[in-house]
Amino acid sequence: MDVSAEAKRIMAVSISKLYASRAQRGGMRLHRSLLLSVVMRSARDLYHSACLAKERAAHLVPVTLEEDAMDTTASREQVEVEVSQVEPEPESPLTPTIQEPMSSDYEAAQGACKTRTFSGKETVEDKENRSPVSPDRHSRKRRGKASVAPDFLPSKRARLSLELGEERVLRTGRRNCCRAGDAFTTLSLNSNRAIAAF
Amino acid sequence: MAGAGGGGNDVQWCFSQVKGAIDDDVAEADIISTVEFNHSGELLATGDKGGRVVIFQQELESKNQPQCRGEYNVYSTFQSHEPEFDYLKSLEIEEKINKIRWLPQKNAAQFLLSTNDKTIKLWKISERDKRPEGYNLKEEDGRYRDPTTVTTLRVPVFQPMDLMVEASPRRVFANAHTYHINSISVNSDCETYLSADDLRINLWNLEITDRSFNIVDIKPANMEELTEVITAAEFHPNQCNTFVYSSSKGTIRLCDMRASALCDQHSKLFEEPEDPSNRSFFSEIISSISDVKFSHSGRYMMTRDYLSVKIWDLNMESRPVETYQVHEYLRSKLCSLYENDCIFDKFECCWNGNDSVVMTGSYNNFFRMFDRGYRQDVTLEASRESSKPRSVLKPRKVCTGGKRKKDEISVDSLDFNKKILHTAWHPQDNIIAVATTNNLYIFQDKL
Repeated sequence: MDVSAEAKRIMAVSISKLYASRAQRGGMRLHRSLLLSVVMRSARDLYHSACLAKERAAHLVPVTLEEDAMDTTASREQVEVEVSQVEPEPESPLTPTIQEPMSSDYEAAQGACKTRTFSGKETVEDKENRSPVSPDRHSRKRRGKASVAPDFLPSKRARLSLELGEERVLRTGRRNCCRAGDAFTTLSLNSNRAIAAF
Repeated sequence: MAGAGGGGNDVQWCFSQVKGAIDDDVAEADIISTVEFNHSGELLATGDKGGRVVIFQQELESKNQPQCRGEYNVYSTFQSHEPEFDYLKSLEIEEKINKIRWLPQKNAAQFLLSTNDKTIKLWKISERDKRPEGYNLKEEDGRYRDPTTVTTLRVPVFQPMDLMVEASPRRVFANAHTYHINSISVNSDCETYLSADDLRINLWNLEITDRSFNIVDIKPANMEELTEVITAAEFHPNQCNTFVYSSSKGTIRLCDMRASALCDQHSKLFEEPEDPSNRSFFSEIISSISDVKFSHSGRYMMTRDYLSVKIWDLNMESRPVETYQVHEYLRSKLCSLYENDCIFDKFECCWNGNDSVVMTGSYNNFFRMFDRGYRQDVTLEASRESSKPRSVLKPRKVCTGGKRKKDEISVDSLDFNKKILHTAWHPQDNIIAVATTNNLYIFQDKL
């Protein structure tokens, strides 16, 4: 428990540092960004394995787990909406105004371990809220009432299948994959993107 | 007790001078970012965050006091780099001087290279102590005389004047680095030099500014696969074909420019296997090498990572021949140091003139010296409190646990805002320059 809390804290600190370095005079420092992302990945891996151990300890059924995992993946975008309803973690420095893909995924990650309780709602919301993430990614408002633009639907599905594909690839060798792992995988991908931005 | 001075285990270090404002409120522009003695040790250059270079000159030894070494006084001050703006990337380019390197002196003038994140400049520092007087067509103040009033002719002669030191930029080496320059190093051939950024190393001719040769490129095709960056690079002091570069993963690569034009394939790879018992979140950060320096002899090189200084024999790649712990007591504090950003501090290191002692900085304005021969080390402090002229520096000790003895300081009391990142050792004498945040301390051994 302590280990995973520590890992989560280190991840939060790393993300805030990465974000702060964007505003740094002289631009982002590649060396520093690399080190931050390395630490973030180590923390993510540790958090992932700690979560996994927790899940195992809780004796979750593998089938149910996979279903839920799929649901979570499908509605990751909704998770960040749901997270706004969840009381934010005290150690999270992230604010709704952060325009950073990583941060929104991290919030998803924070809520990931709690998504189980939302699974029913998400399936319903899933059908209602098909608007894409990109333009509204940082919107904290519930999109339940938002109109569904049909032209966004295809790209949405494509995105989901891509993400699902990624999950399958990354899940190789991992049974009973923790739901948190999905979000954290995206987190690591995004940290790679931070380097790729150079 | 105050050992580690080279040439004996009884060297005592004394305060000599301190340069800079006494004010506790430090202006960011005054933060010293580099310190370097020239090849004779007569000149000492500092660069700061504001893009200024200040050069101090050692006064000739006084005949009255032959036992005292000359003091360093300001010789020249000039603005080397200005802040710039990259319009394409919408990024500001800091004017902070990252490194200064002196060229070997060839004539009356002195030359140095100074660099910020993107541009290297060659500066000529020359003295003027005479001026021509007695022009026929000009008055002494420069106004032109009416030619009709000229009735006689005279030959202008040089008359002595107050010494004026002029610094002029002779070359500007720009637009060759996409990433931030971290090192420059003048080759022993005195014709070329290298500049290194995070991913590339370029070779320049000192005379040619519009062209440089890329000799190392570690940029991966896909930046998402990036695993390490270049952190420092230096030419061998004697072999003009050899240079080394260190990485953020704790490795050092030695390259031979005779082998190929692009030295991506190293000739030697220096790497110490990691101790698995020390593994933590921050293992990679603390193994990142912040500085690499060849010994004057060229036989050894020294690397500085976050917690230690390592001496490598160029003939042995598998592990360093000597390892000195700078502040091992910080190993248990890495998480806090990560949060307050101190873990990213880049400490430099330096050799003394005969390669018998090495020096590096630490926190709380402490700096450490390691005597390789006598296997002694000492911790000293650069502070205003111990800055009475010629007062002997008392060795400091950090209490790592248990009962704190008198005069010891506990780890938790260390001031992590007071860090010594830059130090320099006179090439021939026991005179050292130690930079705190905005002050330059000069110490010398007690004669």
